[in-house]
Amino acid sequence: MLELRAVTAGYDRRAPVVRDAHLTVAPGEAVGLLGPSGCGKSTLARVAALLHRPDAGEVVLDGTPVRGFRHRAPREQRTAIGVVFQQPRLAADPRLRLADLIAEPLRATGRRASAADRVRELAGTVGLTPDLLGRRPHEVSDGQLQRACLARALSLRPRWLVCDEMTAMLDASTTAALVRVVEDYRASTGAGLLSVGHDRTLLTRWCDRTVPWEAVAAG
Amino acid sequence: MTPEPLLSVRDLSVRFLLPGGRRVDAVSDASFDVAPGECLALIGESGCGKSVLASALLGLLPANARTAGHAHLGDLDLLTADEPTLARTVRGRRVGLVPQSPAAHLTPVRTIRSHIEETVTRLTGVRGRSARRKAAEQASLRAEFPLDHLDRHPHELSGGLAQRAATALALIGDAPLLLADEPTTGLDRDLVDRTVDELRRHVDDGHALLMITHDLAAAERIADRVAVMYAGRIVELTDAGAFFGSPGPRHPYSRGLLEALPERSFTPVPGLPPELGSLPEGCAFAPRCDRATDICGALPFFENTVACHHPVPAPAAPHATRTPEDTRA
Repeated sequence: MLELRAVTAGYDRRAPVVRDAHLTVAPGEAVGLLGPSGCGKSTLARVAALLHRPDAGEVVLDGTPVRGFRHRAPREQRTAIGVVFQQPRLAADPRLRLADLIAEPLRATGRRASAADRVRELAGTVGLTPDLLGRRPHEVSDGQLQRACLARALSLRPRWLVCDEMTAMLDASTTAALVRVVEDYRASTGAGLLSVGHDRTLLTRWCDRTVPWEAVAAG
Repeated sequence: MTPEPLLSVRDLSVRFLLPGGRRVDAVSDASFDVAPGECLALIGESGCGKSVLASALLGLLPANARTAGHAHLGDLDLLTADEPTLARTVRGRRVGLVPQSPAAHLTPVRTIRSHIEETVTRLTGVRGRSARRKAAEQASLRAEFPLDHLDRHPHELSGGLAQRAATALALIGDAPLLLADEPTTGLDRDLVDRTVDELRRHVDDGHALLMITHDLAAAERIADRVAVMYAGRIVELTDAGAFFGSPGPRHPYSRGLLEALPERSFTPVPGLPPELGSLPEGCAFAPRCDRATDICGALPFFENTVACHHPVPAPAAPHATRTPEDTRA
């Protein structure tokens, strides 16, 4: 289970962006969190991905309460979650070739030896050609870069995926393709998904259940 | 019926020259018109050359780009105009740009109010602190940017609010031609509708709008005509009503794009768009197309509304996904 219990979070303790949020994702379940622009859903997604320390409340990952966030998160918790952000440009080191971008989590966790094979496999999964793998972010389109970011999120075979507006920058065909990649991955691994977005049509088509922001967090 | 076009683009091509003699054909032979009071939506997958086309029209291409063809805005050819002309008379004044990724377009160290007031000063005759402040607040309201967020910096805004700030900036100069490059990216549906309706209002006031977007729902809501771009070429240019409704698009790629929508079959067009640096000789869509035959090895000419050797027949469409009742009507 990925559980958010009474999470209050933000960037200023006096004015939290998220208040008293409760959300549970069961293993293998796909939950869509639907909210308007600026409501705080991305902040909550960052908490769920252990990238932002909440001011209050608790994140419980597979029964273990999370004690540290960001770099203080224990590796086995951190690597259990794959994250894809809305803007691939802001989520990709511009100096890295796409192959290195995808391989980074593998290298960071001491899997350098197997990285090349895994990158090739992932590139096929997300539909990146070998030619694209040798390019840097400025040489590819948003859609191609987001494919690489999704491959990076899947590289450590996470049990949980957090997708924060993963397809908001993308065209209809790339959206359908990336959602299919996520769903194929979930079907083969049983991973759970928290997909945060504002597109009701997309989330209801994609997820097992969709919860509105009002039902998750206090006003 | 159609008034004199405001923007008339003929055979516009953009090539990027890369080290080692490589060449990227980002836009090839694009031709279209946009008239005052009309919205043309240019749609296509990411990386198909849409944004390059917009940059070409504003003279914002990098130094290694080479253009061919014409883009007449009145009697000025935007492709050959020099930088001083573009900077002093075109950008903001004759062509307003609603940019892609507004967060990157805005200056991170300045507040939104400071952005808007500077633009007001540069583009309008408004002088004096209180008049400028008032004009800036009016400009914000036109784009539905909340006034209590004016003193925030770009990083303190959500994606949607940053987009509205950028839209407010584009509208200040009251340019006859608006160029919107993905203006609804990252906005939720209600906001998309409001942004689009706002842009539509400017169209109805007599502006011409070229809207580049991958958001098909937004295009459907706003556009009079639709141009579909694939691998740098316009493959279909038709009436928005016919395109989104009945009989539907005629190019197999356009049909695939519509079918990818979550409210339709949610199936991606198989494969990836070709590399613009190594385009095939013939139809660039043929490798992904289930209607392709040998003759697709030759480049299809643009005939009527579509550039395809095997377009879905008009008006009755055998592969139509829309209700057949409509096509008979």
